[in-house]
Amino acid sequence: MNNFTYTPTNSAKEAIRLRRETPAATYVAGATTLLDMMKVNLVEYPQLIDINALPLTGIEQTTDGLRIGALERMSDVGEHRLVVAQYPAVSESLLLAASAQLRNMASIGGNLLQRTRCGYFRDAAFPCNKRVPGSGCPAQHGDNHGLAILGTSEACIAQTYPGDLSVALLAFDAVLTLENAKGKQRRVPITSFYVLPGQTPHQENILEPGELIVAVTIPAAEHARRSTYLKVRERTSYAYALASAAVGLDVQAGTIRSARVALGGVGTIPWRSPEAEKILTGAPATDETFRAAATAALRGAQPREHNGYKVQLAQNTLVRALQKVATT
Amino acid sequence: MDNNFFDKPSSNQPSDGSRRSFMKQAGGIVGLAMAPPFVAQAERLTAFSKTVAGVSPMQLKVNGTVRTIQAEPRVTLLDALREHLHLTGTKKGCDHGQCGACTVHVNGRRIVSCLTLAIMNQGKEITTIEGLARGSELHPLQEAFIKHDAFQCGYCTSGQIMSGVACVQEGHATTDNQCREWMSGNICRCGAYPNILAAVREVAGQQAKG
Repeated sequence: MNNFTYTPTNSAKEAIRLRRETPAATYVAGATTLLDMMKVNLVEYPQLIDINALPLTGIEQTTDGLRIGALERMSDVGEHRLVVAQYPAVSESLLLAASAQLRNMASIGGNLLQRTRCGYFRDAAFPCNKRVPGSGCPAQHGDNHGLAILGTSEACIAQTYPGDLSVALLAFDAVLTLENAKGKQRRVPITSFYVLPGQTPHQENILEPGELIVAVTIPAAEHARRSTYLKVRERTSYAYALASAAVGLDVQAGTIRSARVALGGVGTIPWRSPEAEKILTGAPATDETFRAAATAALRGAQPREHNGYKVQLAQNTLVRALQKVATT
Repeated sequence: MDNNFFDKPSSNQPSDGSRRSFMKQAGGIVGLAMAPPFVAQAERLTAFSKTVAGVSPMQLKVNGTVRTIQAEPRVTLLDALREHLHLTGTKKGCDHGQCGACTVHVNGRRIVSCLTLAIMNQGKEITTIEGLARGSELHPLQEAFIKHDAFQCGYCTSGQIMSGVACVQEGHATTDNQCREWMSGNICRCGAYPNILAAVREVAGQQAKG
């Protein structure tokens, strides 16, 4: 790990000013991903600006939905009574992620900015278009068994966000509040936060340099109340998803009035499926409908040599998640 | 949020608790704030930042005692405990947050000490395996680990125990499956899992009975 200077602050304005002064610096909150990467010299920063004392906490009901401060910890949000009651899928996505220790440390804002677990990205001995733009992508014809099948490009097939929370937030139309270097706030739907790799996989999201995530707001909805997050892994716990599904259904008298579907583990970015939602909406809540939705969700899949199994795995994960919410 | 750099979220005290050094570094800001247009802006009065570079003094409160070390900002809490304070009960396993061997409690919550900086943990209550027993009286979970033979090589044990104590306190050890899930951040290469589970569940049961 390179040496760095460390600057704690309790003010967003001050944090942003420090970052403007040293553009190569970075913010640090939970530190779990940051130190993990700094220890293997994957990233180097001359200065860490500690934002933990910023007043970005609190989980509160607003007219726009439940507003969660970006410095809330994964464990606190996952077990918060309002999150559990109104957004079970969000709660489950948090509590099925990482370990109890890491959930006590990691912040919500930091969670959204996790980096890929692609082995070629994390090992500087290999080329990687994400790490060194234009250097190549050995994953295309290499060990790609864990990598993405949706939203891929010839330049990158890594999951830009390998985690769980964003998948659930994506399903329920969460909105991020960001504050830029000029102290101005803007609201960005999470549906347009992550960027497909295309030819520029090093550009992962729409954050401007120095911009801070200050809060996440999730609108209230019946399909969010009746929701679940199903995560399939190589072992039962403490692993990244091979495939996961965040789903929500509003079912009235056997008919689906509204549906939300997002998939994790299979897309280069958290993957919302309007195709599946279209099939589900207005249809009877039956296995046949769920199977048709799952087929539609994976229709565009482009598996490589070792990850073809993910097509069926993701379909089955989605069907089972839909069955679960339909019967609750 | 309890992971504040400060003792209290509302406090504008610096990490070393010294009001004098706060006044020194904040002087410019306070001076500015005295000018009439700024007087009403509370945010300016309390805004605080202080850059630490190179080997610097840090105060860590470990097992109830405040101790000062000289270390660079990049020193992790784990390395500060082991290399600077010589509390080697906390183990370094993977050093990447994947094994749980370095689990300690900070402000009563379990964390992995390898993925946090020592400097970020000033002003907090840090408890390590050395702080669990009361004199010669072992913590009930330490007793239970001996009774159930919950270790073989012992390298993961302090992390398992620190995690287990928190798991019971959190109320996440009420069934075998729940306990397995909430202890999954602690890996045991010897495979003593059934015995670890038995020990944690026994203590959880004792606490449930009061």
